[in-house]
Amino acid sequence: MPKLSEYPIDGKYGRFGGRYVPETLIAALMELEEAYLLAKEDKRFQRQLRYYLSEFAGRPTPLYYAKNLTKKLGGAKIYLKREDLAHGGAHKINNTIGQTLLAKRMGKKRVIAETGAGQHGVATAMACAALGLRAEIYMGSEDMKRQRLNVFRMELLGAKVHPVELGSKTLKDAINEALRDWVTNVQTTYYLIGSVVGPHPYPMIVRDFQSIIGREIRKQILEKEGRLPDVLIACVGGGSNAIGAFYPFLDDPDVEMYGVEAAGEGIETGRHAASLCAGSEGIFHGMRTYILQDDDGQIMTTHSISAGLDYPGVGPEHAFLKEIGRAKYVAVTDMDAVNAFLELSRSEGIIPALEPSHALAYAMKIAPNMSRDDIIVVTLSGRGDKDVEVIAKCLGVRI
Amino acid sequence: MRLIEEKFRNLKKRSEGALIGFIICGDPTLSYTLAIVHALIEGGIDMLELGIPFSDPIVDGPVIQRATLRALKAGVRPSKVLDLARRIHIMHPNIPIIILTYYNIIFRMGLENFFNNVRENKIDGVIVPDMPIEESSEYRAVADRYDVATIFLAAPSTSDERLEKIIEYSSGFTYLVSVFGVTGARERLRKESINFIRRASSISNGRIPIAVGFGISKPSHIRAIIDNGADGAIVGSKIIQIIEGNINNDIEMLSKLKKYVRILKKSTINDK
Repeated sequence: MPKLSEYPIDGKYGRFGGRYVPETLIAALMELEEAYLLAKEDKRFQRQLRYYLSEFAGRPTPLYYAKNLTKKLGGAKIYLKREDLAHGGAHKINNTIGQTLLAKRMGKKRVIAETGAGQHGVATAMACAALGLRAEIYMGSEDMKRQRLNVFRMELLGAKVHPVELGSKTLKDAINEALRDWVTNVQTTYYLIGSVVGPHPYPMIVRDFQSIIGREIRKQILEKEGRLPDVLIACVGGGSNAIGAFYPFLDDPDVEMYGVEAAGEGIETGRHAASLCAGSEGIFHGMRTYILQDDDGQIMTTHSISAGLDYPGVGPEHAFLKEIGRAKYVAVTDMDAVNAFLELSRSEGIIPALEPSHALAYAMKIAPNMSRDDIIVVTLSGRGDKDVEVIAKCLGVRI
Repeated sequence: MRLIEEKFRNLKKRSEGALIGFIICGDPTLSYTLAIVHALIEGGIDMLELGIPFSDPIVDGPVIQRATLRALKAGVRPSKVLDLARRIHIMHPNIPIIILTYYNIIFRMGLENFFNNVRENKIDGVIVPDMPIEESSEYRAVADRYDVATIFLAAPSTSDERLEKIIEYSSGFTYLVSVFGVTGARERLRKESINFIRRASSISNGRIPIAVGFGISKPSHIRAIIDNGADGAIVGSKIIQIIEGNINNDIEMLSKLKKYVRILKKSTINDK
């Protein structure tokens, strides 16, 4: 039996993952895999990556003990991994710096990316500006309306934002359009995927760049508590911040892991984005994984209050971890996420993004039933400035 | 022998290339599709490629995307497309029918169930644009068992080594994607496309017919690809544009389709 950290094996996580893409892209994916594996072993590349992560992105991010929240809940100690303090306000920068350096190394001048909430788009635009590459971002026009501020941020950073008017006009359609661009311009263009989704080697590359989150958690919790955490909790849309936190602990069987999906208005209403909790196996965006589909295999439109979780698929490694029972996947509704958002803002003075508010909501649910010696680490994957308009609307407040 | 192989052989004897027409089944409705297919066959297509609409068609340009949306809106389901193929076959028993769809549609139906249905409905071959050879072993095994042709795609970026394998794994014909890009009619046929066709036909060396698609819309394109070694041409987006442009006038639509296809078919015939 291989160790869990040794996956993917031949591009697969068990039977999940793979490379279900048009033939035109196969050569590019092979070239990317080869370039990445060389970069991974290259000391100069690793030095550059470390430099930008610390000097540009502000790493390491703190592991903050949420004392007030812990006290209020009266159970396990809750630590927050403060990815909201990374440059740009989310964990996305970890991946975009890594991949932009890789794009540069491969001699590509043009970078394309998709974005849902806009966080990955902003992080791509930042990294490309810093490293002198041209960035073009695909974004569903529905998401552009929901996240106007991020659209303008991308433009300020010199990126071009292409609205996608097809389908549900959200993240999945932005990925479709980015893939079509890549099929057309594959010889000159680097496709910078923002989550642990898509064809191999993307889920592996994004995981590796995001696993800085888990490596830091490990070091920091050992310093603070002298032992590993009992429970890790992170939200899962595509699943990049979750896999980043989980990966360095996969072979530590005593560390429990919970991935929290968006239950939207409730799983039973059908208006949700919980691919692992309520979906089924399929082939989508180049990978075999859990997806939300109808009886015919048509991909369904999803719903979540948080644009970043509004995606009908999930990273193949999560599908694998669910299958073998290494991680557990649960879902939290819009309403519970909003409550967690408000709770953290008031009790800790931290406004979280709506995405990790799902993870917080689950932590708030289980912490009271755990012992006071237990330790929970929640990945606070981003800050909530981008969401205040949505929250105001929810509360019926005009701003 | 399957109809596809027979058709290519007969055309070759007459020094003709194959004209393969592609439409999205159920665009704009299923009953329309039947009339459209009659028009295409009367106009002179040699084979019919029938698309099962999929919600997220990543290799398709705007024209086929819109056709897909129309068909899905009309409530077209994969099983109905397969049923319709049988009706087409009964009326046109000499026209090979090929199904094109994205892999999730097949995966959802189950490989065994899908190919059983395909065979029962007299469909000859299947094209799956997001199924590269590496992921295909189970798929090929089941298709072989039901004697259905597996038509794989090759692209300009495909290396000689891979091309060799793609040709080996393909049956019926090998589908050359002529350009870097998505489906959609293009003004000119590029030099790179011609070079790619030459390269592929020299590697195939007559082992399997080669048909070229993506961007092909004019008689001059078809003549050029056949002169450079292809055995057939696949035309889709331009046909669908005619459907789309005449959606409220079926008589006009069908007569335009017939006329367009007739001109294309002429260009496949070597009259020199």
